[in-house]
Amino acid sequence: MNIKAFWRDLRFLQILAQAIFAIIFALFALYLYSNVVANLAKQGLTVGYGFMDNPASFDIGESYIPFEASDTYQRALLVGLVNTLVISVVGIFLTTVVGVVAGVARLSSNWLVNKLAAAYVGVIRNTPLIIQLMFWYFGVILQLPSVKKAIALPGPAYLTNRGIYMPWGEATSTFAAWRIYVIIALFSIVLIAFLFRALERRSSLPTPLWWNLAYLLVPALMIWLGAALQPESPLKQTIPTLTGLNFKGGLRLTPEFAALLFGLVLYTGAFIAEIVRAGIQSVSKGQTEAARSLGLTTGQTLRLIILPQALRVIIPPLTSQYLNLAKNSSLAIAIGYPDLFSIAGTVFNQTGAAIEIIMVMMLSYLSMSLITSILMNIYNNRVKLVER
Amino acid sequence: MTTVEIKPPILVVGPLAWLRKNLFSTWYNALFTFVALWALYSFLQPALLWSQTEARWGVIEANLTLFMIGQYPREQLWRVWLVIYLLAGLIGLSWGVWKDAARGFAVIGLGAGAAFALLCFFFGWESWSHWLIACTTLLILYLVGRYLPYASFLTTVCWILYFPGVFLLIAGSARIASLPPVEMGAWGGLLLTLLLTIVGNFGSLPLGVLLALGRRSKLPIVKYFCIGYIEIIRGVPLVTILYMADILLPLFLPVDVRPDRVLRAMMGFILFEAAYQAENVRGGLQSINRGQYEAAQALGLSGTLSTVLIILPQALRAVVPALFNSFISLFKDTSLVAIIGLFDVLRIGRSVLAQSEWLGTHREVFLFAFFIYWGFNLAFTYGSRRVEEALGVGKR
Amino acid sequence: MNRKLFALFSLLVIVSVALAACGAPPPSGGGAPVTVKETVIVTVEVPGEAPTAAPPPAAGGERLKTVLDRGKVICGVHGSFQGFGFVDSAGAWSGFDVEFCRAWAAALFNDANAVEFRGLSAQARFTAVQTGEVDVLSRNSTWTWTRDAELGLTFGPVTFYDGQAIMAKKEIVTDAAGGLKALEGAQVCVQSGTTTELNLADQFRAAGVSYEPVVFEDQTAAFQAYDEGRCDAITSDRSQLATQGQAVLKNFADHVILDVVMSKEPLGPAVAQGDDKWADAVHWVVYGMIQAEELGITSANVDSFLTSEDPVVRRLLGVEGELGAKLGLSNDFIYRVIKLVGNYGEVYERNLGPFNLARGQNDLWTNGGLMYAPPFR
Repeated sequence: MNIKAFWRDLRFLQILAQAIFAIIFALFALYLYSNVVANLAKQGLTVGYGFMDNPASFDIGESYIPFEASDTYQRALLVGLVNTLVISVVGIFLTTVVGVVAGVARLSSNWLVNKLAAAYVGVIRNTPLIIQLMFWYFGVILQLPSVKKAIALPGPAYLTNRGIYMPWGEATSTFAAWRIYVIIALFSIVLIAFLFRALERRSSLPTPLWWNLAYLLVPALMIWLGAALQPESPLKQTIPTLTGLNFKGGLRLTPEFAALLFGLVLYTGAFIAEIVRAGIQSVSKGQTEAARSLGLTTGQTLRLIILPQALRVIIPPLTSQYLNLAKNSSLAIAIGYPDLFSIAGTVFNQTGAAIEIIMVMMLSYLSMSLITSILMNIYNNRVKLVER
Repeated sequence: MTTVEIKPPILVVGPLAWLRKNLFSTWYNALFTFVALWALYSFLQPALLWSQTEARWGVIEANLTLFMIGQYPREQLWRVWLVIYLLAGLIGLSWGVWKDAARGFAVIGLGAGAAFALLCFFFGWESWSHWLIACTTLLILYLVGRYLPYASFLTTVCWILYFPGVFLLIAGSARIASLPPVEMGAWGGLLLTLLLTIVGNFGSLPLGVLLALGRRSKLPIVKYFCIGYIEIIRGVPLVTILYMADILLPLFLPVDVRPDRVLRAMMGFILFEAAYQAENVRGGLQSINRGQYEAAQALGLSGTLSTVLIILPQALRAVVPALFNSFISLFKDTSLVAIIGLFDVLRIGRSVLAQSEWLGTHREVFLFAFFIYWGFNLAFTYGSRRVEEALGVGKR
Repeated sequence: MNRKLFALFSLLVIVSVALAACGAPPPSGGGAPVTVKETVIVTVEVPGEAPTAAPPPAAGGERLKTVLDRGKVICGVHGSFQGFGFVDSAGAWSGFDVEFCRAWAAALFNDANAVEFRGLSAQARFTAVQTGEVDVLSRNSTWTWTRDAELGLTFGPVTFYDGQAIMAKKEIVTDAAGGLKALEGAQVCVQSGTTTELNLADQFRAAGVSYEPVVFEDQTAAFQAYDEGRCDAITSDRSQLATQGQAVLKNFADHVILDVVMSKEPLGPAVAQGDDKWADAVHWVVYGMIQAEELGITSANVDSFLTSEDPVVRRLLGVEGELGAKLGLSNDFIYRVIKLVGNYGEVYERNLGPFNLARGQNDLWTNGGLMYAPPFR
């Protein structure tokens, strides 16, 4: 209890240091704040979110939720957010496929395949995404023939400079009833997983590989059954047909969406390819040999020995690539896809509310990043458990 | 006596054997090969045909200066050349002094210089002589470097002085009569791209180191502040940061302080890159053995001293490959300034596309920009790998 | 990892709370009607405040002094718009809007090149004025109520009377006078962050014609996408359709500009609000150029007018009177402008003549146009 020595007390010093840090930070924040106030006062501007309820009075080309020019700015931003989410989710799904294929191709014993994959990865990784996007948009997709001279692919799908058209299912009156079956079917996948795990534990033997077909067949059967029970088919196929100026019916990917998707998928895929390759290479050859000498088949070796170990290495960097894809979708502004960043830019421009809009934008991206990393962390933890 | 017929051995060497082993080892490999060949042909054939016949490469020739330096005053062009000579000289000097470590960059520098000289000569542009001077400077300073006393120290000093020197040369100063100031708004093209990359990388390093140290600090407030900063910056797209730097930054500064847009973009890059540099450095800090801390403590060094003298030098050495990587990725990322309207390579390309005589040359222009980035990154990767090998880092 | 996430989440929560707090106070409650009331209050407040802030001339004249001390005008312009603001392959600036920047430089410094040009995107332009990054914006910007009242800008005399129009391919629209109906279901290219984007929505809604906008952040990109067949039509100011159409489209003759006038687009220079002295200097240079054309004074013959007996001419050119000094400029500032840059008509002809853009509304009032300068006395 020596009063003299309090400045030598480590705990005190630590608290002091933090207090000083906090005060400096607070002063700095205050300084910035006062600057903002002074600047705003000079221009006679105010800050506030009141404008969010005013009508946007501009239209948005592509929207997954209903939107009209008379809707509010708030809703316009929501449309942007949904557009960003759609491109991110579709992109993440496709880029995983591209990345895994390219990563495996990088390991192929076939010289040509190997080198082609290496060239793809090398070229894509070393050039800016924004140039790639512009190249795909202006240099490739807009150079496709016009609607009247569309390139027809089997399906029928059409490639035109107005977009890519393909057959699609359209909901009919029984769609709502059928949806319940689909949800149950998806749920059944989880049930099957639990069932298999219980079986494995009891027999202490891995289930045969072909059992995995159950993951596919059971839900498929349920979905089909659900559809068969309805008086009318819940989905009606619509085929794009040329009527008037444009194709009608079917699914249309706008040129902007297609170029953005294409660019993002190829770009991120190149990074994922390297991650997948490194992951697979990180599992030593001895593991494969040991598994084979235990009598496991190739499939079992891959599923039980290689993948669990490789995934452990792959998941964390894969997460950051997924995040990168979502963040990079903000480059959509360069090619006119109305994503969050682009619409926020327009709203800012019409209202002049710089601080408010940038805050909304950053918070949205931040929440998206956080949610993705939380989901991937949960998955990562599961992978870790499997390993033990 | 029976003679045993020995079959001639299956080819194990020669082109046929190579083909067999690498392309046709199994039936599916053969299939892959054919598919790959077909894909390659169907892509390359029209591409080559286009580049030979339809493509109007004149758009690049007519605007080459614009692509390289933007609106930088043409009569001040010698300043840019001087920057290049100085760089060539420094590379040569480093090659002479540090031998293997700098050889990669020297080879790249010489090769590029010679190639540009030849190219310019071939097209009849005047600048071939400049490239020749650059190459000669490189070689002369290589010889100087070999026999220079205190070489390593002097070269380091030269490099440290180089970057502020470049800034002074390019920006100029009202006080120096022969270097009239050139406003930042006129910096453009590859010049701007490279300056943004260099400033973004080196400017962010000190902040990154501080953030990394702060993140490992035992003081919760400091620690959580650093975590918050790093994760927020890493959680949002770069273009929002640039947007903020472009539009919001002036609001946060005193009423009479209005930095130029280029300067603001540089600040944006520094703030952005610092978060990523912090994570790089943190990786390096984590790789340092605890024993090093303990040894430093045993020698009686204080916490600060041991960090500065013992831990950081080792950590930074360990993250050299990561720093090179972030250099490349920032070089690519600078292309985003086109969105906020700065005239970098990409935006120059877009303004070239608006010239009436070069309509519809998107492919040529974007491919050219594409090759600038690609070529630079390939060269940089090659050079930096040599450095890593010579330093013995990057391999554990 | 989880702790990190938790920390970040709490941070996020704090930020959002702070945001909500800073968002809440200014409006008196929220909800649409209240917001409308608030905007009205703002517009009333500004003129109410101005007299109290304006009287000390020193406070009003800050910018003019800053510019004079700096020795050059910083001018926000368009970077890739042929005819109005364009950088050519030699890196030089040209265009109608650009010439006004030169005129201000000539008036202030007797040097038409004492300008620093800043190429601004549509998104960044008003912020650049608000924050004082550019002294004056001369970038084909429409004078609107919102921009004047809410964005803290003061617009100058209109330098170009424009109106929004729409251009389509001839194969789609056969009759230019047929109205918007021909464009039912069309895809329309438009630039984001412009009044054009808003008028497009209004006009098509009013006409009951459905359409699909394709929005670009960059005007040239919009024209190029239109040219490649991405859209059936493109909308912009009539002047832009004509100039960009000729400059950027592969074959301008294949396109037709519809006769519909979709809006009024008075384009003019803008300065930051609350600095009358600077605004006056900017405005009177433009008026001077218009007045000079009316009097027939051109860059070629201006010297001969110096000896003119006409008091109007003498006052304009600063031969007699103290008009310039009262603005804080030299008395011969208009003379410098005419000598070094030219009168309004010359500037128009030099930049827009090559595009065969008829003077129309932009002719002098004496010729049936709208260009009219207040008297110099």
